[in-house]
Amino acid sequence: MQLFVFICAAAMILVGAVGVITRSHPVHAALSLILTLFGVAVMYVSQEAQFLAAVQVIVYAGAIVVLFLFVIMLLGVDKAEDLQIEPFKLQRKVAALVGGGVIGLIVFAAVSSRDNIAVARPTQSEFVKDVATTEHNSNIRSLARDLFSDHVLAFELTSVLLVIAVVGTVLLARRAPKSTPETPT
Amino acid sequence: MTAAAVPTTTWYLVLAAVLFGIGTVGVLVRRNPLIMLMCVELMLNAVNLSFVALSHQMGDIGGQTTVFFVMVVAAAEVVVGLGIIVAILRRKPNATADDLAELKG
Amino acid sequence: MLDLVWLIPALPLAGFALILLFGRRLGDPKAGYLATLMCSAAFVVTVGIYFDLLSKPSEERQHVYRLFSWVPVGSLKVDLSFLVDPLSITMCLFVTGVGALIHLYAIGYMHGDPRFSKFFLYLNLFALSMLLLVLGENMLVTFLGWEGVGTCSYLLISFWHERATAATAGKKAFITNRVGDWGFMLAMFFAFQATGTLSYIGINGAASTMAQTTATAIALFAFIGAVGKSAQLPLYLWLPDAMEGPTPVSALIHAATMVTAGVFLMCRISPVLNAASSYAPNLIAIIGVVTALFAATIAVAQNDIKRVLAYSTVSQLGYMFLAVGSGAYTAAIFHMITHAFFKALLFLGSGAVIHNMHHEQDMRRMGALRKLMPVTAATFIVGWLAIAGVPPFAGFWSKDDILLAAYDKSPVLWALGLITALLTAYYMTRQVIMVFYGEARWHDAHEEHGAHGDFEPHESPTIMLIPLVVLAVLSVIGGVINLPFNATTERLTSWLEPVLGVHESDTAKLPFALIAVAIALLGIAASIMIYSKHKAKPVEPEFLAEGWYYDAAVSGFMGGPGRAGFNAIAWFDANIVDGAVNGIAHVVRGTAQRLRTVQSGNVRNYAAAIGVGVVLLLAWFVIVRGSR
Repeated sequence: MQLFVFICAAAMILVGAVGVITRSHPVHAALSLILTLFGVAVMYVSQEAQFLAAVQVIVYAGAIVVLFLFVIMLLGVDKAEDLQIEPFKLQRKVAALVGGGVIGLIVFAAVSSRDNIAVARPTQSEFVKDVATTEHNSNIRSLARDLFSDHVLAFELTSVLLVIAVVGTVLLARRAPKSTPETPT
Repeated sequence: MTAAAVPTTTWYLVLAAVLFGIGTVGVLVRRNPLIMLMCVELMLNAVNLSFVALSHQMGDIGGQTTVFFVMVVAAAEVVVGLGIIVAILRRKPNATADDLAELKG
Repeated sequence: MLDLVWLIPALPLAGFALILLFGRRLGDPKAGYLATLMCSAAFVVTVGIYFDLLSKPSEERQHVYRLFSWVPVGSLKVDLSFLVDPLSITMCLFVTGVGALIHLYAIGYMHGDPRFSKFFLYLNLFALSMLLLVLGENMLVTFLGWEGVGTCSYLLISFWHERATAATAGKKAFITNRVGDWGFMLAMFFAFQATGTLSYIGINGAASTMAQTTATAIALFAFIGAVGKSAQLPLYLWLPDAMEGPTPVSALIHAATMVTAGVFLMCRISPVLNAASSYAPNLIAIIGVVTALFAATIAVAQNDIKRVLAYSTVSQLGYMFLAVGSGAYTAAIFHMITHAFFKALLFLGSGAVIHNMHHEQDMRRMGALRKLMPVTAATFIVGWLAIAGVPPFAGFWSKDDILLAAYDKSPVLWALGLITALLTAYYMTRQVIMVFYGEARWHDAHEEHGAHGDFEPHESPTIMLIPLVVLAVLSVIGGVINLPFNATTERLTSWLEPVLGVHESDTAKLPFALIAVAIALLGIAASIMIYSKHKAKPVEPEFLAEGWYYDAAVSGFMGGPGRAGFNAIAWFDANIVDGAVNGIAHVVRGTAQRLRTVQSGNVRNYAAAIGVGVVLLLAWFVIVRGSR
């Protein structure tokens, strides 16, 4: 069963990814991205990270891609890009090299450290919560416990980051002062 | 189909690697700034996937916390990035990444 | 009194400074009187110090007076110090004495010149430099003075720099001196390396323990410097051209003082020369006597009144080096002193003639001036007899000492010296006859020049005659300082003995003296026969008049192969040395130009570069680190 889920999700992910990089129309690319994100969400569920799966769908697929689509519509950049021409001769070769190199090396690393991964256990920490014991501690509970005790400072800082990002973007994307600012969010 | 083979962590890592590679190629090859940003999102997702897989394998919730933060920051990044793109493309409609070479030199 | 030795150079320095600041306001003739006053005051101080030294026993006559520490660099410690000993005081005496007389003369000679004050400015600067040279306690102070006199020589020779010949002559003098200076510097380096000090006391003291090759090296390189400064072969060619300068300059610098600096230097380091291997003094003596003969032959055919005297100076300096080479240092100094008297006298006299002939210098256009310039003529005749070596005038005694010492070294040297003496008497007599006797040949010449009304040469003003008379007296009685009859009369020898040693000689003096007198009279007689009585044809071949074409040869070499060599070096410097530096700049620029293209401004190119970097890093971590 797990295998089946894995294969389906993997297929979604890969088809979506290839779609993103090969579709010339930006809207099509955005839709392929949604496919990929959904596939990743499924993967999360199968790894018993249910909260993250939910967040993935809501935030990534629901907000970020929608944001993309907003901008595409707003700016009218829905004209298709001509993928035949490539101004830099070497670029595609380098891209192939880089892509192939990255994939090859990471796969190699993953495969050759298979045994190490199998026996890996986390370092000792006070609030280690074993994900396996899900009856008493659901995923959300353990995630929350970890987030708001060990990483509460980072949490607070990310909230600051979000505010700054919003304010900054509002300023960036403003037209000249007289007209009403158009916020992407 | 046989259910004999259980996907191990390594399979997830390999998948994440492939996704990451595809994202990289996309950034290098595409010229539309929006699509380049989408490919960056692909790369981030690949990383998130590998974090979650290893977190599950090791029984450490810290991996998932990391993914949580990555998502937050990615969101903020997309916001700012799109703001910039809006600001630029308002002046130069239909500009591609190749046209934005002001800092040549 | 000895502590006042610093006053001797300080007074001309003060004169220099005062004329520098107020010269134009003082003008003609006050600036001249100021300069003369300073030089005379220095003479008075020198006389005082002389008597002070005389009062001391002869072992205690060496004093070092230190002004300040000049160059304290590591192991090289050079002070600006003055060495007061018999030799330096002797030199100071005649430098300041004859110098003061010439200053006085120049007031009259340069009267009416628009740059009157500047002339005395340079003269005082020259006096300062010369005094530093002779008073220097170490080679570096001497070198300072050496260069100073060279510079002043340049400034004064080209004083009338509007004349192209004068400017060229000044440059020639300076450059030729420079070639000699190279030798002096090398001598300093060798001396320092061998003894660790530049002080004469140190060097002369170490002379006996020095390796013979070192002593020879020091002596020979110092001699190269002396050859340049004292106009010997092969560096004599600046001196005849230096006659472009005003006559007081010729008298002071090129007769009495600067050109003797070379002889002085060799005498100063005489212990080193004594310790050198025998070919060094041999070389010095040979060059001296050959130069003497060479210059004397040229003087026979010269028609410019000052050129005769210039070549005569070269010749007499050759005698002094002959003496140095023969080990008779005192004889060299003696001849230096008497030569200062009579040569300055001759130059000043010729200057008076030139001045009164309205700057006519060609002897063929003079004649019969004896009655029109009686004092000048009388003093000139005294000078003539002195240089010809007629007793009892001063020149006879000093020249005789030298010839005797030369005979002790080698009869060949003596014979050559004797021939030179013959020629000296001959050409000086020729000069006297052409200028002061015979028929007046200046009437026709002056019509060519454009008559200034009725031209009649007249006697000089008194201010110019006083020095002539004083020098004439000195030329007559000057011999008294070193009469060879017995030890008491050889005053100069005993005075200089602690510094220069004594040249022992067993040869009987009288026969040689008689031979010398006979030769002198023979030369005079021959000249009278040819030039006065016209009994025989004058022998003045072209090649002698052109100085055996030596000057032309040097110019030809320098202009031809020399210039090619210099151009090659300049080309090397411009293309290879500069080229290397510029080449580096070019390479950097080219590289930068090419590297610049990396910054295409294109994000995708940057991304590609980052991607490649990522792959490489990853490869290293996964493969290299992973396998450990």
